[in-house]
Amino acid sequence: MSVGKLGEMEKGMIGVISKTGGPDEIRRRLLEMGFLEGSSVEIVHTAPFGGDPIAVKVRGSLLALRRSEANHVEVRDTCLAVGEGK
Amino acid sequence: MSYRLALAGNPNCGKTALFNALTGGRQKVGNYPGVTVEKKEGTRVGPTGEVFKILDLPGTYSLDAKTPDEEIARDVLFGKIEGEFSPDVILAVADANALERNLGLVLEMKELGLPMVLALNMMDLAKARGADIDLEILSSELGIPVVPTVAVKGEGIPALVAKAHEMAAASKNAQPAVWKTPTSDEVRNRFLRVDTILAKAIRRSARPLLWSEKLDRIVVHPLWGSLILFLILGTIFQAIFTWSAVPSGWIESGIGALGQFVTGMMPEGALRSLLVDGVIQGVGSILVFLPQILFLFFFLLLLEDSGYMARAAFLMDRVMGKVGLHGRAFIPMLSSVACAIPGIMATRTIENKRDRLTTILVAPLMTCSARLPVYSLLIAAFIPNDTVFGPVRLQGFVMFLLYVGGAVAALGVAWVLKRTLLKGVKPPLLMELPTYKVPSWRNVVFGLRDRAWVFIRRAGTVILTISILLWFLASYPKAPVDATEPAINYSYAGKIGHAIEPLIRPLGFDWRIGIAFVPGFAAREVMVSALATVYAIEAKDEDATAVALSDVLKKEWSIATALSLMVWYILAMQCLSTLAVARRETNSWRWPLFMLAYMTALAYLASFATYHIARSAGLG
Repeated sequence: MSVGKLGEMEKGMIGVISKTGGPDEIRRRLLEMGFLEGSSVEIVHTAPFGGDPIAVKVRGSLLALRRSEANHVEVRDTCLAVGEGK
Repeated sequence: MSYRLALAGNPNCGKTALFNALTGGRQKVGNYPGVTVEKKEGTRVGPTGEVFKILDLPGTYSLDAKTPDEEIARDVLFGKIEGEFSPDVILAVADANALERNLGLVLEMKELGLPMVLALNMMDLAKARGADIDLEILSSELGIPVVPTVAVKGEGIPALVAKAHEMAAASKNAQPAVWKTPTSDEVRNRFLRVDTILAKAIRRSARPLLWSEKLDRIVVHPLWGSLILFLILGTIFQAIFTWSAVPSGWIESGIGALGQFVTGMMPEGALRSLLVDGVIQGVGSILVFLPQILFLFFFLLLLEDSGYMARAAFLMDRVMGKVGLHGRAFIPMLSSVACAIPGIMATRTIENKRDRLTTILVAPLMTCSARLPVYSLLIAAFIPNDTVFGPVRLQGFVMFLLYVGGAVAALGVAWVLKRTLLKGVKPPLLMELPTYKVPSWRNVVFGLRDRAWVFIRRAGTVILTISILLWFLASYPKAPVDATEPAINYSYAGKIGHAIEPLIRPLGFDWRIGIAFVPGFAAREVMVSALATVYAIEAKDEDATAVALSDVLKKEWSIATALSLMVWYILAMQCLSTLAVARRETNSWRWPLFMLAYMTALAYLASFATYHIARSAGLG
């Protein structure tokens, strides 16, 4: 997989944000928190009871969000981060 | 000369630590007019005698406000708050370790056109992580002075003050530009500009903070993280219930000694009765909870300052989401186990209004510590201490069930509210998990001092008034000289008890319980001493009262009545302070009255059912 939605990615995956969309209010908030096109993003943690919300590393911060909101963020060049996985 | 400075920055940038370093102890906490957002204000005197009035604004990610706190931060900067001027200088605070995000707000505030200085905070950490930031390039690119600081160690503070002074003196009485909500494209462009600036100013980026990242592998791990959360909660409960017993005992004996001292000093009469039985007893019964509240806030401040709190919300979001609540609602609900008042105050971090309101409305259902004396009394009187299994005894088990009952009721009502009255789209969760920090003792000590003061002030005003009123109801009219029953039975409280008896009879309560309901409505735990008065029990201290009282109750009440009363106590709204706080937090009487109505209705139905089921089971 090389292009996809952030909310559908699994723990340990890394990629580059290609588009931050969604309704304007949500989009503004995502951008304010650092979900900016061109920035790299990595899913570092998933919450208990079903892996939602997720915690992602983006622009030097660790941010928690639900998968439904993360789906407004499109990611390209996704792959498993070095040192993750089995 | 005096200048007004406003501290503004992202959450978790060390803004409060900077405020504490700037003002030392010279600060006070109040409220902004009309809202309950905390206003933290302090002063600092400069080297040449000039006075700086410093306002610590709530943390915000942008001026596009989403919470009441963020609205205040924005409105202060615009000078739109009544009685508040727009600041002479904005002291922007940014975490030197997260400039990619922090500088967004700095650029946005710069558009206001007010004089501004940027404090680049946590510089020690940035350096330790190998970051190399060219402050001159950063300053010239941003177009504002930049001062490196380490707030927790007080480094860079004099330089910051000097810079702020310089900026303020150069352009006094600057007016902020008009602000309008930016489009998302404008937000995007602002952050692209941040990237351009940082590409020039940062010579070497910081290495990731490895220990914080490693710690998170355990702390937010689905399994270990959940276990750690329960361990932390367990410790907090332990502290609240056992450690605070000692200082609570001191306060109790202090109050008792004060009462005896006043009794000895004054002639018998109405005034002495008012002071001892009304004021000292009433306010004292609330002050006894101060240690518990301080213990709770001590832990909450530690968790908040270390960066753990956001992790707890992250771990619990799914569970809270099942009943339609936000992960952040977890902490207010938990705090309500000590007392609904700090719990309701802690809902301020919930962005969505419906979510916040739901949390406020169900918080009083959580078993607060004021219910504890009543539960202890009823359990001691009616529940045999048989072994259930292993080390578990029936009394402890029933106590546990009462706590579970409160939590289940709170979550159940939240579930119903989110599907009916407060229906709405699920608000987004978008929250920073800040890097871990060793908590600053100054943040904790100052935070605790503020909480203690807010609580004591309430005890001195609302509770004082109610105590006097209830004392009057319980003392007048006086019993006739040839009275055979306890004096309270002849008073207004006694009359009210008799008057409401037909209403509460279906629940298995008689007029004596009705009398105890009158003072018990103001504060639940007063029910114990009120019952003691009604049954005319003479005992020196509360423990002796409870022991003697439980013997009397065992003879007077059926088990069905006791069970019904326990259920009543789980559900009923009997705390005027909570109603008063809910009014302040929701800014209307509508929601506290709704709270009172639904809780009373729920309690009535559940107690009715409990009483009749228990009776048909032969416990009548």
